[in-house]
Amino acid sequence: MKKYSVFAIAREAMRGHKGWEEQWSSPEPKKEYDVIIVGAGGHGLATAYYLATVHGITNVAVLEKGWLGGGNTGRNTTIIRSNYLYDESAGIYDHALKLWDGLSQELNYNVMYSARGVMMLAHNVHDIQVLKRHVHANRLNGIDNEWLSPEQAKEFCPPLNISKDARYPVVGAALQRRGGTARHDAVAWGYARGASARGVHIIQNCEVTGVKRAANGAVMGVDTTRGFIGARKVGVVAAGHSSVIMNMAGVRMPLESYPLQALVSEPIKPVVPCVVMSNTVHAYISQSDKGELVIGAGTDQYVSYSQTGGLHILQHTLDAICEMFPIFTRMKMLRSWGGIVDVTPDRSPILAKTPVPGLYVNCGWGTGGFKATPGSGHVFAHTIAKDDPHPINAPFTIERFRTGRLIDEAAAAAVAH
Amino acid sequence: MLLIRCPYCEEERPELEFRNAGEAHIARSANIAGESDDDFEKFFFIRSNPKGIIYERWRHIHGCARFFNAVRDTVTDKFVMTYKAGEPKPSKLPGAAK
Repeated sequence: MKKYSVFAIAREAMRGHKGWEEQWSSPEPKKEYDVIIVGAGGHGLATAYYLATVHGITNVAVLEKGWLGGGNTGRNTTIIRSNYLYDESAGIYDHALKLWDGLSQELNYNVMYSARGVMMLAHNVHDIQVLKRHVHANRLNGIDNEWLSPEQAKEFCPPLNISKDARYPVVGAALQRRGGTARHDAVAWGYARGASARGVHIIQNCEVTGVKRAANGAVMGVDTTRGFIGARKVGVVAAGHSSVIMNMAGVRMPLESYPLQALVSEPIKPVVPCVVMSNTVHAYISQSDKGELVIGAGTDQYVSYSQTGGLHILQHTLDAICEMFPIFTRMKMLRSWGGIVDVTPDRSPILAKTPVPGLYVNCGWGTGGFKATPGSGHVFAHTIAKDDPHPINAPFTIERFRTGRLIDEAAAAAVAH
Repeated sequence: MLLIRCPYCEEERPELEFRNAGEAHIARSANIAGESDDDFEKFFFIRSNPKGIIYERWRHIHGCARFFNAVRDTVTDKFVMTYKAGEPKPSKLPGAAK
């Protein structure tokens, strides 16, 4: 792997940019690997990267049915934050946030992590109570979060309407300054490049069609559209399709998959300097470096794999956005899209060993997995390499739905899904 | 937006009138306190989440307010049929036999 640097740019500029190499190779699949990761999204590629860099396991294949980063990694609203209520969530999301800081240097790839601040609005007394509880809980966990008055919120985000006559008056806000955004595609590409350079095989257009198990129940490998590929360890990181893959191994999951939509506006000059979220009216908005307003909508109410959602869901979010930011009422929306998110009953992820020896699963990130990409990959690689969870992901078992030790972020997530 | 046929109103109405109520044909134990942890997990948390045909409950909340069941393809979101609550899970789907 040739290092990217200002000197590399200068060198290539001198010779007509003919020396840039492919960022990752596309090898033919081998018959057997030490570890197979199912799903080349951010989480899967990060897992492969940390298997190689932290644990020295490089005989790894990442299988992807479509193209790299073409699922939810390329469909989310790129928001990063760690202001979750419970200790377990705070642990895993802040682990990720700490890795975001410095990720571009580590990967030698600009993931454009921008700690521009995530501001969550309160519109009524209940919101104030909930958000202040978050502020205090976060601070006890060493996570920055502060309470703002409406005037301070307006100062932090000038286009915000804080008029008392507003349909959804702003009565306060919680601000996590370390929160922000990153370039979602670059995260997948950066991890893919880093993993590939260390010998990991990234195999695209290779759909897993079955999981093979030995007589003693242990995993032997996977059937794919490109033939059988053997491995003693298989990590399933397939987002909305995780339960489909797990069913192939005979494991039924506490998951349901829903369409989640997002949309972007026409590009405009910088106007939204941070991320603004509102749980109560269900809206969140930020501005990409290209100038588009990036807006996230809610999930549809029914299980679906269609990667589209109802138009009324988008309308509902835009109604709220226009009330909070009257300045945007005449903006044109450029495009919208849907992704399929796998949601657990307690709205917390599952990163764990499974009842099947050699089978590991990293799923259930629901509507907010992007922010956790580096941390998720890091602890999931540990779980696979050591056949034992990292202390950070130890609480995120499948068994918690039997024992009752839920991590009940359902009501605590930033927006109600 | 989906168009959903309420088997009680016998009319196809927009999705906004309905509330999805999750997977259908999951029987609640008559002795819920006596359920083992395993069985309670299966009843309460585990879902089939199929990519393909799903049997699900809907409620015509802004209409007759009654629960009913539907068969839908989760890939195309097209409804195969709807039927009244309490009716058995259809063993044969219209158009399925080819």
